[in-house]
Amino acid sequence: MTINEIQDEIIDEFSLFSDWMEKYEYIIDLGKHLPLIDEQYKDEEHLIKGCQSQVWLHAGLNGDKVAFTADSDAVITKGIIALLVRVLSNQPAEEVARADLYFIDRIGLKEHLSPTRSNGLLSMVKQMKLYGVALHAKN
Amino acid sequence: MPVTAQKGFDVEKLRSDFPLLQTSMNGKPIAFLDSAASSQKPARVIEAMDTYYREKHANVHRGVYQLSQEATTAYENARELVRDFINAPSAREVIFVRGCTEGINLVASSFGRRFLDEGSEVLISAMEHHSNIVPWQMACEDRGAKLKVIPVNDAGELQMDEFERLLTDKVKIVALTHVSNTLGTINPVREIIEKAHAKNIPVLIDGAQAVPHMQVDVQELDVDFYAFSGHKVYGPTGIGVLYGKEEWLNALPPYQGGGEMIETVTFEKTTYNELPHKFEAGTPDIAGAIGLGAAIEYVRSVGYEGIHAHEMELLHYAARQLQEVEGIRFIGTAREKASVISFLVEGIHPYDLGTILDKLGVAVRTGHHCTQPLMERYCIPGTVRASLAFYNNKTDIDRLVEGVKRAVAMLR
Repeated sequence: MTINEIQDEIIDEFSLFSDWMEKYEYIIDLGKHLPLIDEQYKDEEHLIKGCQSQVWLHAGLNGDKVAFTADSDAVITKGIIALLVRVLSNQPAEEVARADLYFIDRIGLKEHLSPTRSNGLLSMVKQMKLYGVALHAKN
Repeated sequence: MPVTAQKGFDVEKLRSDFPLLQTSMNGKPIAFLDSAASSQKPARVIEAMDTYYREKHANVHRGVYQLSQEATTAYENARELVRDFINAPSAREVIFVRGCTEGINLVASSFGRRFLDEGSEVLISAMEHHSNIVPWQMACEDRGAKLKVIPVNDAGELQMDEFERLLTDKVKIVALTHVSNTLGTINPVREIIEKAHAKNIPVLIDGAQAVPHMQVDVQELDVDFYAFSGHKVYGPTGIGVLYGKEEWLNALPPYQGGGEMIETVTFEKTTYNELPHKFEAGTPDIAGAIGLGAAIEYVRSVGYEGIHAHEMELLHYAARQLQEVEGIRFIGTAREKASVISFLVEGIHPYDLGTILDKLGVAVRTGHHCTQPLMERYCIPGTVRASLAFYNNKTDIDRLVEGVKRAVAMLR
C-alpha cells in the first residue's frame, strides 16, 4: 500500500469512533501493546527531547525502503507514533521525504503535532522525513 | 486543621468577576487549575486597559500637552499603587519591568557587572525556576564567578543547615524564590535575609508565586531586591515589578540604554536619569502598568485574609480527595505550602494524564514546570500540577479528581 492509501485506511478506521473517549482508548491501546523499538536504540543518540514527553527514533533500510522503529515514555505519544510508523515505514525513501501527512488533521489529532505541545512528535516527523531525504540521496 | 473560609468571602460572586471562567474548553465548562502559570483577569483590569487606550493614551514623561500629562499621571499612579501594595518606602524603588524574569535579569546583569568577579559566588536553591537560575549562570560565566546551590529535602524544603554552610564570605548575593512554583513550598525568607544580612550579603527574592497568595511587605522582610510578575497576580502579561532598595539601585549600572533613562546625551558621554527612570529605557508598558494597578486594587478589595483561608481550605480538600487515587504520589509536602499540588500517579506519564484532563475541560500544567534541576533531584520526568487561585471552587476540585480517576482507568 502507498502512504496515502494507508492514511485513507486510518481515516476510515477512525470514522467509526463516536467520541473522543473511544478514539483515545484506541490510541492508548496502540501505545500499550505495540513493541516499537529495539532496546539497544533507546539511547541518547536516538533520543528526541520534548518538554512534555520524549521520543526515540531509529531508521534502517529494508531493501530500498525505509524501516522506522520508535518509542516514547508517554503512552498517548507512543500510540500516535504507532500510526506514524504504520504510514511511513517500509515505504520508498523518496515517498517518505515528500509525504503529506494529512491523516493527523483528519482524525482530529493535529494538536499533538503542534509546536507548542513540545512532546517530541513534531521533531520526530521532521526527522523521519530527513531520513527519507538522506536515504533517497544515498541510493 | 483545615481553615474555614472567611465570612463575606463569596467565591461564586468573585468568579463572576472573571469573564474567562464563564467560557468552555473542549465543549465543557472550564475548570482552570493553572493559575501558577498565569492567572485569569477580572473584568475591571481588562476595562482599565481598554479605557486607557480609548481615552487616555499618549507617551509618558514627554509631552507638555494635557493628554500626555494625564497618561503620565495614570502611569505614575500605578507605580504608587505598587509601592503601597508592597509597602516600599519610596516609589523611586519601584521599577516597572516586563515580568519577574526581566526583573531578575536586570539585577543579575547589573549586579554582576559591578560586584561579581573571579572567586566570588552567587547562592541560589535547588527549587528555583529557570528564570532564577539561568540569568545568574550567565552573570557568573561572564565574570568568572561560581553558582552555589542550597539543596532541598525529600519534602521539598530548603536544607537550612546547608544554607548556613554555603553562606561564606565569597557569596556576593543570595537569590531565592519566596514560593516554589512546582512544590508550593513557602521558604523562610525572613530568616534567610536576616542571616545573609548578618554577613552583609544582599538578597533577591523571586516573588512571582508569593504575591498572588500573600501580603508581601518589603520593609518587614528587609529584602534588598524583590521581583514579581503582573500576570500571576490577576494583572496583564508584559508587566512586572522590580523593587530594590534605593542604595542598591543607585549602586548598580543601568541595564538597558535608550530614551527616558538618560539625563544628558553627547557622543562623548551620557549621564543617567534618576531612579526609577534609570532602569526604564524606552517607552514603558503604560497600559500594562495601569492594568496592574487595577489588579492590585482588585486583590486588595478581595482581601488576602479571605484569599488565604479559601485557598487553604481548597488545598486541603483537594489533597484529601486525590489521596483516594490509587498509586498517587505528591511531590512537595512542605509544612508551609501555598495552594499548589504537584503529583504523579504510578505507571502513568504526566503528559498522558494532562491530555485526558484537557479533553475533560480541566486545565492543569504538566511537565517540568521550568524547574528541570528539581525534577532531576526527585528523579522524575515531570509532574501534573494543579495550582489554585481564590476563584477556584470545590466543583473545580471535584472535576479534577473525577478526571484523574477516569484518566487512570483509561491509561492503566
